[in-house]
Amino acid sequence: MLNVENINVYYGSIHAVKDITFNVEKGEIVTLIGANGAGKSTILNTISGLLRSKTGSVTFEGRPIGSLPPHKVLALGLAQVPEGRRVFLKMTVEENLEMGGYTRPAGEIADSLEDVYRRFPRLAERRRQVAGTLSGGEQQMLAMGRALMAKPALMMLDEPSMGLAPLLVEQIFDIIRELHRAGTTILLVEQNAQMALSAADRAYVLETGRIVMQGEARALLEDDQVRRAYLGE
Amino acid sequence: MAFLSTLFSQAINGLQSGSIYALVALGYSMVYGIIMLLNFAHGDIIMVGAYVVWMATANFGLHPVVSILLAVAVSTLLGVTIEKVAYAPLRSSPRLSLLITAIGISFLLENGFQLIFGAGAKVVPEFLSGPSLRLGGATVSFSAMVTLAVTVAIMIGLTLLVQKTRLGKAMRAVSEDMGAAQLMGINLNTTISFTFALGSALAAVASVLYLSSYAQASPTMGSMLGLKAFVAAVLGGIGSLPGAMLGGLVIGLAEALVSAVGLSVWKDGVVFAILIVVLLVRPSGLLGKPIKEKV
Repeated sequence: MLNVENINVYYGSIHAVKDITFNVEKGEIVTLIGANGAGKSTILNTISGLLRSKTGSVTFEGRPIGSLPPHKVLALGLAQVPEGRRVFLKMTVEENLEMGGYTRPAGEIADSLEDVYRRFPRLAERRRQVAGTLSGGEQQMLAMGRALMAKPALMMLDEPSMGLAPLLVEQIFDIIRELHRAGTTILLVEQNAQMALSAADRAYVLETGRIVMQGEARALLEDDQVRRAYLGE
Repeated sequence: MAFLSTLFSQAINGLQSGSIYALVALGYSMVYGIIMLLNFAHGDIIMVGAYVVWMATANFGLHPVVSILLAVAVSTLLGVTIEKVAYAPLRSSPRLSLLITAIGISFLLENGFQLIFGAGAKVVPEFLSGPSLRLGGATVSFSAMVTLAVTVAIMIGLTLLVQKTRLGKAMRAVSEDMGAAQLMGINLNTTISFTFALGSALAAVASVLYLSSYAQASPTMGSMLGLKAFVAAVLGGIGSLPGAMLGGLVIGLAEALVSAVGLSVWKDGVVFAILIVVLLVRPSGLLGKPIKEKV
């Protein structure tokens, strides 16, 4: 479904992503784990079209998307929930969701809003509130609901657990599993390796811009090296 | 009684010039809100609009309404073109490069028009005339009434556009977080072009309203007007549209009050003194509250 072939991304002279190749198949949950600064967000932003790779290619459902602007990437069905949620704090919950559905025909917005409100009743209660007044967990739900408004075939989530209390982290991961069951393919970027590996089918481990390990998520969860480096054992 | 009626006429004058500052300030604020650029070429759009009105009425004898529409169309096109040609290629450059480019465009327009039309002022034939209104001891001119009415209508229209329409919401989203807005599928180029179009159209309207009371076009007319509107935008809180409206009216009223007490030579000085005070005391402006982010 998504094929990333040998990409290299730079910030000025800093080589942030080095020869990265990976793929996500339809129906999978794939996770990229690694420490802060390993290049995980850079990879997602390159796929979304916010950054450009100097080499290689990114293809989505057979179409090269490496040179498309972000709004065209999204229109193909590839949405991103960015790191730190990045909801529009000065806009209301409903306006945030409307922005998520920006590429959709106007006639379908109302139905999608109802879908999102059914999935996240908390957002329905707060639809007229500005997003800046929501708690961190609610903002994460809003960010995910906003991405759902685009009806993506593949949803990329960048550190959805960041800054949330353990109970909320569980809740967010439950929602991710639910979305997956409902047919959305998931590419999950996480520092919380334990949670990510238990939710995912496959995983790639990143270190300073390179993939250093890959495989079945369950196998990596039991791998000694991974346990020492990422699970604090 | 005589003092009161002077005060009243000066207040009307203040609201009239304040309306014009407000319309121009809106353009500064919208563009700053979207791409963090102090577009110092914005004032010169007013000048171009004035020359279009002059050409259309004095040279081609077109109907006033046609000349006004022409001024709005040319200014809008010019604003969008400047962004595409001069600013868009610098979108990922340091903001200082963008600022210097804006100043360069301003010089280009002022000196270009001076080269083509000469440095002297062009008199624009009267194109907006009608009865004035007597209120107590004071008169309210027709141009003042038109200016206030048009400005109020535009402010309401603009507020609705920004709050309720798809493009207006996209503008707010881009101004809050450009990257996230792009991830929502908002086309950045379209939104930025739309913002410049809107700001330039407002500047053209301001230009027409300006001509309705000072019927002259000159190559440098936009620079002082633009600077004062910039002060208005900063006073209101740059990036804030209600702030730009309020700031414009306050600057206009301040100028008029200074004149009312017989110190009209200090008018410009007072405006820039306001800028200094705002920057020292409340740099975010009257309505520009920075919102605190939750993590």
